Amino acid sequence: MQNPYLPYPVRIDEIITETEDKNLKTFKFVFLNPEDEKKFAYKSGQFGELSVTGKGEIPIGIASSPTEKGFVKFTVNKVGLVSSFLHTMKVGDIMGIRGPLGNWYPWETMEGKNVVIIGGGFAFTTLRSSIIYMLDPANRSKFKDIHVIYGARSPGMLLYRDELAEWEKRDDINMHITVDGTDDPDWKYNVGFVPTITEQKAPSSDGETYAIICGPPIMIKFTQPVLDNLGYSHDQIIMSLENRMKCGIGMCGRCNIGKEFVCKDGPVFTLAELNNTPKEY
Amino acid sequence: MKVIKIDKKDWADGLAKLSGGYRLFGPVKDKEFHNFKELDNGELPDFDFSNTKLSAKSMVFPQAEAMFKYSLDENEADHHIMKEAEKDYSPRAAIGIRPCDAAAFLLVKKNFDTPEYKDPYWINAYEASVFVGLACNNPCSTCFCTSAGCGPFHEDGLDVLLADAGDYFLAKVITDKGEKLLQAAGWNTEADAGEDQIETLKKEAEAKITASVNTDGLKDKITTELYDAPFWEDVAFACLNCGTCTYVCPTCWCFDIQDETHGTSGIRMKTWDSCMYPLFTLHGSGHNPRGTKVHRVRQRFMHKLKYYVDKYGDGIQCVGCGRCIRLCPVNIDIRKVCELMNSYEPADAACQVA
Ligand SMILES: Cc1cc2nc3c(=O)[nH]c(=O)nc-3n(C[C@H](O)[C@H](O)[C@H](O)COP(=O)(O)OP(=O)(O)OC[C@H]3O[C@@H](n4cnc5c(N)ncnc54)[C@H](O)[C@@H]3O)c2cc1C
Ligand code: SF4
Ligand code: SF4
Ligand code: FES
Repeated sequence: MQNPYLPYPVRIDEIITETEDKNLKTFKFVFLNPEDEKKFAYKSGQFGELSVTGKGEIPIGIASSPTEKGFVKFTVNKVGLVSSFLHTMKVGDIMGIRGPLGNWYPWETMEGKNVVIIGGGFAFTTLRSSIIYMLDPANRSKFKDIHVIYGARSPGMLLYRDELAEWEKRDDINMHITVDGTDDPDWKYNVGFVPTITEQKAPSSDGETYAIICGPPIMIKFTQPVLDNLGYSHDQIIMSLENRMKCGIGMCGRCNIGKEFVCKDGPVFTLAELNNTPKEY
Repeated sequence: MKVIKIDKKDWADGLAKLSGGYRLFGPVKDKEFHNFKELDNGELPDFDFSNTKLSAKSMVFPQAEAMFKYSLDENEADHHIMKEAEKDYSPRAAIGIRPCDAAAFLLVKKNFDTPEYKDPYWINAYEASVFVGLACNNPCSTCFCTSAGCGPFHEDGLDVLLADAGDYFLAKVITDKGEKLLQAAGWNTEADAGEDQIETLKKEAEAKITASVNTDGLKDKITTELYDAPFWEDVAFACLNCGTCTYVCPTCWCFDIQDETHGTSGIRMKTWDSCMYPLFTLHGSGHNPRGTKVHRVRQRFMHKLKYYVDKYGDGIQCVGCGRCIRLCPVNIDIRKVCELMNSYEPADAACQVA
């Protein structure tokens, strides 16, 4: 019987401080046993439990893409017990990862469609994975137009700034980066909240477009009416939820919304599905 | 099915023989209550009880259990790597578990033994166990097992059903595991008309159960409507969120995972948890999706009486043991809540505008 609670041992290979407030770091992990990397085969949208020995585990979205080999990446916000300790760890330290856990964005359903990615704050991690995945030469032709609307408080709070700049230069992805405000005279991109930029930049839905939204509740609340106006049906609005988790496999009983477990039946749900469940997230 | 007659004077001898091949668990007196625990050498289970205060779930699902051990000492070869904790999954036998507690394991199994994931701790302990049930000749006033898919002589989940018939026990063999245990104890005299005797006792016991619940309407209710029903404030009003109801319940399975370090070594543990506690769902950001006690009380009842019903199509997540009713300090009664839910019609609550 395979023990679903047993983490794969990993070594921290690289740590990148992402944001100017230093509260977000990206950790690149390498599996100690190379065969574990194959067992960890994942899809964009899934998450893992990062196991910090002696402190506990935290569910974190997988920020690397299945098309990137030899490592896995996670971007972690410094919040409480486990994430704060993780922020003090060094390259070379040993810890564990369990997973991949949960479902993924509906890649099969979205084939042949336009995809609009809407992200806010640090909830951009599995969206990075998704963008890298779709832009991979083996996959790009599977999708029609790709739009990305991504906002943060200020330029220094955007994640993956080098990659954002590269994507801006490409012609097979439409980037709409925005900040709430900035005093940087060289800022080349948008200024405004995500819902506003969505209203201005997102394509209207002809039934052939899927929107994936991840961000703080307030952003989601104000973006949804915009998408309604643009004609998106609720089964074409895809969201990824967060709830406090422990087991990650639908057993410990805490992360449910109605009869669905965010860890196992989610974290990805369509808005149509969420309309039928209690709003306990 | 075969029924064995066990003379009470052969009882202690048989158990002594069993203790060679099984770890024995049973009800014993614990202050003014009975509880289920592993029996010491030579200790006999005490059958002078109606039901144990806590359910027997800890036999398979301990209140705290080590999953892994680890070392934080960087001089050790496999420091910071989780290693399986030692486990004893040699055969164990529950002697005198109530049928409701044994049936509860079957409900809980659906949570821990799924097509996608298997909890090895629960499953290994469950599979190592033989359940010798003690039928209830005198159910309590709070028992409503017969309308919760169970009963005082219920056999599902048991390997042997014992019925107390005065000077002797009647032991109905339900599974091969049960048969083997009876043989190991040296109990092998077949009872005359054993099945008929048990049937008579069963009818008498069932007739003593007066409490009941109706559950027939639950599955057709709309989740969000039940969730928004106006009665939750009332139901939750007196609740202290003490968690007693969930700890004593044989069908409550929620747990937490915690690391406990002493010096440079430690264990990762699985411990009972409760949906009644605010910490159960508190996000690191401070946001809590079940931030009020109304949320938490509603979660407990919705889980048992709606989410479980919808998810498994197999009745309610409750065997009617009545413990939560007997032990709730403020008398919150699942039978009443079940009735509110089962009979709820949203139209009743809505204001009709003429
Ligand atoms: C599917 C999913 C994906 C996520 N992806 C990311 C990500 O990419 N980057 C990121 O920074 N954060 C992410 N989070 C949130 C992250 O899990 C929490 O911030 C983190 O668990 C806080 O843990 P802590 O020990 O630092 O905080 P504490 O408040 O000390 O929490 C104690 C424990 O409670 C649990 N817990 C607390 N808050 C949460 C929460 N919001 N979600 C789940 N479990 C929680 C964890 O087991 C944690 O160890 C994600 C959450 C989920 C559910
Ligand atoms: S909910 Fe109450 S009556 Fe039902 S099994 Fe649990 S403790 Fe017993
Ligand atoms: S035992 Fe009663 S008071 Fe305590 S948490 Fe349960 S319902 Fe609330
Ligand atoms: S995290 Fe345990 S059930 Fe979802």
